[in-house]
Amino acid sequence: MLEIKQLTVAVEDKEILHNVSLSIGTGETHVLFGPNGSGKTTLLMAIMGFPKYRITGGNIIFDGRDITGLPLDERARLGIGMSFQRPPVVRGVKTRDMVGAALQARGNGATIQNLAEKTNLLEFLDRDINYGFSGGEIKRSELMQLLAQKPELTLLDEPESGVDLENIALIGKLIDELLEKDCPARSRKCMGLIITHTGHILDYVNAKTGYVMMDGCIGCQGEPREMLATIKEKGYQECIECLLHRQTV
Amino acid sequence: MPVTPPDGIRLVIRKKGFESYYMSKVKSSRTYKEKARAAIKKPAALGEDIDLDTYLDTAEKKPYQPDPSQLPVKTKKHMLSAGIILDDMRQRSGTYIQMDNAPIHSSSRQEGVEVMAVSQALEKYDWLQDYWWQAVAVDADKFTANVELSQYDGYFIRALAGQKTVLPVQACLYLSKERLAQKVHNIIIAEEDSELHIITGCTTSLGQEPGLHMGVSEFYIKRGARVTFTMIHSWNPETAVRPRTGAIVAENGLFLSNYVLMKPVRTLQMYPTARCVGENSVVRYNSVLVATPGSSLDVGSRVLLNAKGARTEIVARAITTGGDIVSRGYIEGNAPEVKGHLECRGLILQEKGMIHAIPELKGTLAGIDLSHEAAVGKIAEEEVEYLMARGLSRSEATATIVRGFLRVDIEGLPAALSVELQRAIEASEKEVM
Ligand SMILES: Nc1ncnc2c1ncn2[C@@H]1O[C@H](COP(=O)(O)OP(=O)(O)OP(=O)(O)O)[C@@H](O)[C@H]1O
Ligand SMILES: [Mg+2]
Repeated sequence: MLEIKQLTVAVEDKEILHNVSLSIGTGETHVLFGPNGSGKTTLLMAIMGFPKYRITGGNIIFDGRDITGLPLDERARLGIGMSFQRPPVVRGVKTRDMVGAALQARGNGATIQNLAEKTNLLEFLDRDINYGFSGGEIKRSELMQLLAQKPELTLLDEPESGVDLENIALIGKLIDELLEKDCPARSRKCMGLIITHTGHILDYVNAKTGYVMMDGCIGCQGEPREMLATIKEKGYQECIECLLHRQTV
Repeated sequence: MPVTPPDGIRLVIRKKGFESYYMSKVKSSRTYKEKARAAIKKPAALGEDIDLDTYLDTAEKKPYQPDPSQLPVKTKKHMLSAGIILDDMRQRSGTYIQMDNAPIHSSSRQEGVEVMAVSQALEKYDWLQDYWWQAVAVDADKFTANVELSQYDGYFIRALAGQKTVLPVQACLYLSKERLAQKVHNIIIAEEDSELHIITGCTTSLGQEPGLHMGVSEFYIKRGARVTFTMIHSWNPETAVRPRTGAIVAENGLFLSNYVLMKPVRTLQMYPTARCVGENSVVRYNSVLVATPGSSLDVGSRVLLNAKGARTEIVARAITTGGDIVSRGYIEGNAPEVKGHLECRGLILQEKGMIHAIPELKGTLAGIDLSHEAAVGKIAEEEVEYLMARGLSRSEATATIVRGFLRVDIEGLPAALSVELQRAIEASEKEVM
């Protein structure tokens, strides 16, 4: 279970998130919509624990434990994992090293070889991580590292953007595995929070809750497919009006 | 400045190419001595000056050692830290060991590969004089001059035409006498279409006592020959080091030079120069430098692309944990269709320490392609955090990035040598971090 209570986050003295609250039950996957610059990535980075994203108010409770002040690496070892929208290139550090480190940090018995086969990245293992990777390759490499981490809470930042149709099925399958889609709901442990613009990923994951983030606030909550349909039809303008309406009521 | 080749040579290069070069009219050794005497006070173009009078010129003679595995365990351990393996010589195609000023062992296990003291080679081959001071100028500075005037041996390694060796020849220059100025002159010749791999380990048994190493090395890489030269230095915090190296690479020749310095040294300055005089010749320099507190390094690699289609790549990785590093690189394109790239990266791991990257490119005609990239700074926080997000602690993440920084994938180096080189680097990594 992940609970976010009235979270306020600042980046370089600028408050980006204001009083964000949400809660993800054990085994659930939630989806985050919202226009560019609304604060979606910021929320994920803050949950993951990146120091640059300073939590100035509120709490993050993970599996009953307050992790608000816990360092990034400890959160990772605890079982929080994230795929990055724009991960850095680390020269000299091989993809193999990243996967190996993740396996080790979480005591995962899977093999690097097997994960690379699964993600179709065998020939990337001996390349410097992210160096010269295409957009789609980065997405797969991020998922490979996450599969090595086997997190209980998976944070995915636009996992399908820039991915071609053929690979989207692969990405969908990998995410299913991460989120234990094939597991009966009752025994499912893994949680997910996924940022998406296109909603393509909804065809694969079992998400029943969605949010729209607007200007650093969670505007509304609902059934993700319905929300997506509205956004597609009317754009985020509708959300703004809805918010204004609620404020004046 | 060791850049300018002796006058006669330029002419020959232009006229006939490299073969005629070593056949060219030899300057009598008298001329070299005269030139050296004239340059005996000439300070080096770079690096702090060293007062040679504070060092000794001579050391005791050492007995020849037919079986180097019989050397004292401690000595062998020192040598091993510089890549010299004496307990299982089957891993090497030849071995040369010089202690202070005395060659104590030389042997070749491979037909077609000659390994001997340069004094012995001069007796054996009249023509060897023709190579003397052809790749390095005798009057470059007081160090070259000093080596000419009072040199004590050095090694001669030669691969005969068409001879391709797989296992490396190893050469060890060992400094054991306090305050000694070790002066060697090495000649390496790869005859046409030969292949030669060399590991040179320079090290000292001295703990804190001062010493000076001056080494002139001249490489002659003839048509179609391939030479890889891997030099590992392991000195002490009081050693001063002044290598002077030149290489001449003929048509389709390859010279691949790797340099590793991970241990403290007081002052080290070198700027080896390779000249591509033959068409489509290739030179690659890789260096990995670590400056610990109190170490001062001024290290560069220079390549002159003087023949059509010649190519070079220079890669330097410098880390300071408190010492100073000047990391230089120079590529000059003087012929059509030449290509060169220079990469200079520096990491500052502590609050103290300095890295000054000086990449230089010079082109003298159109149609050449020279480029460089240089970066100096601390480890990017973003990279550390990326690794931490996979569960590594901050120190593990930093160590992984530093290890990656020191990992140079060297194209053209035999796999076994690559592994050894990486091992030499990793052996000292812990001290760095
Ligand atoms: N390091 C930073 N310095 C200043 N502003 C920042 C920084 N990081 C994020 N911001 C700002 O915070 C706001 C939210 O950014 P965030 O990356 O969370 O948006 P997003 O919802 O993920 O957008 P997108 O859909 O474009 O990925 C933006 O206005 C952004 O410019
Ligand atoms: Mg974003």
